[in-house]
Amino acid sequence: MAQSENEILDGIAELVNEETGLPKESVEMDKSFTDDLDIDSLSMTSIVVHAEEKFGVTIPDEDSKNLRTVRDVVAYIQQAQG
Amino acid sequence: MSAPTTAPVLRTRRGPEHARIMGVGAWRPERVVTNEEVCQHIDSTDEWIRQRTGIEARGWADAGTSVVDMAVHAGAEALAAAGVEPSRVGAVIVATVSHPYQTPAAATQVADRLGATPAAAWDVSAGCAAFCHAVAQAADLVRGGTSEHVLVVGVDKLSDFTDLSDRSTAFLFADGAGAVVVGPSGTPGIGPTVWGSDGSQWDVIRNRTSWLEHRDAVAEAVAWPALQQEGQKVFRWAVFAMAPLAQQAIDAAGITAGDLAAFIPHQANMRIIDKLASQVGLPEHVAIARDIRTTGNTSAASVPLAMHRMLAEGQAPSGGLALLIGFGAGLSYAAQVVVLP
Repeated sequence: MAQSENEILDGIAELVNEETGLPKESVEMDKSFTDDLDIDSLSMTSIVVHAEEKFGVTIPDEDSKNLRTVRDVVAYIQQAQG
Repeated sequence: MSAPTTAPVLRTRRGPEHARIMGVGAWRPERVVTNEEVCQHIDSTDEWIRQRTGIEARGWADAGTSVVDMAVHAGAEALAAAGVEPSRVGAVIVATVSHPYQTPAAATQVADRLGATPAAAWDVSAGCAAFCHAVAQAADLVRGGTSEHVLVVGVDKLSDFTDLSDRSTAFLFADGAGAVVVGPSGTPGIGPTVWGSDGSQWDVIRNRTSWLEHRDAVAEAVAWPALQQEGQKVFRWAVFAMAPLAQQAIDAAGITAGDLAAFIPHQANMRIIDKLASQVGLPEHVAIARDIRTTGNTSAASVPLAMHRMLAEGQAPSGGLALLIGFGAGLSYAAQVVVLP
């Protein structure tokens, strides 16, 4: 079942917090994972895999490397949940 | 002459019910290569390398030291530790990806130089999973009655197959050798091996060129077949596909994670080791091998080297249970629970 933008954002914030220890509030829609949140590629890979499990979607490597901002990930998951 | 009325029945062998690791040996290069030295060839920093890999230094063997030399040193120590005369070794298995002859196998020279002739000798190519593959073979050879004792050596001189200007691998790869002697046992010492491969990802970790490209390169230069890998794909697979395999090995051995004294995964990258351990959900008392910090990624040698260090430094007790897991090029993987020698 498709979740709302805010529900997905909260879920992503939780995953980022668990993986990196960053406060959930710092995970805002327009932040870039690499430039603003300073999350490296390996942590990002873990976050993507955990997001797949959490939201019941598949995010192939070819797609995940194009997900730059939090908004990109939220939009991708929303679309994938259809 | 008349034909026999009944077909002859072949005699077969059967070995002892159980096998165990009897002794472990190691060889590490004298030359310590710091992150600063690696950074002479790539645009990186000591801090970046530590953060991404957990590696502070690694060992590189000198030009005059071969894969066979390294294997002989580690093998001799393992035989001495096991108290097994070389003449009682029935098979020598060398796990490696960096012996610079495609044929013959490094193992025949290792057997000869250790005085283990005429032991059967062959190499195993299963990337960083090869040592655990070879332990599986050795345990079955002993239990099947084919060999009384088997010397298993994991050895790699990856510095010969590293592109020092490759920003994704130059700081990872290193040299070393580790060896174990597998022999008969009155009690179970090597649990069932769970293993497999995924050849659909054959290109994720590989030599970047083939011998044929070198043969066909008449005028133009062809890059040396250094090892290359797609780091993120490897990370994803190594953590999230290998965690269930680790659990399968624990289940196959009929124990629980709480029974383990040590977890000895292939020393690929500290980030993989930490994340894999957390995904498997090991209890706090299980010691986790982190030999990579000063040894780097030595491919097939990493598991026995890490085992050697844990025993030598008292991080894990002799007689304790250890979960071994190897994963790498192929993609190949193998895991088993063993009793530490």
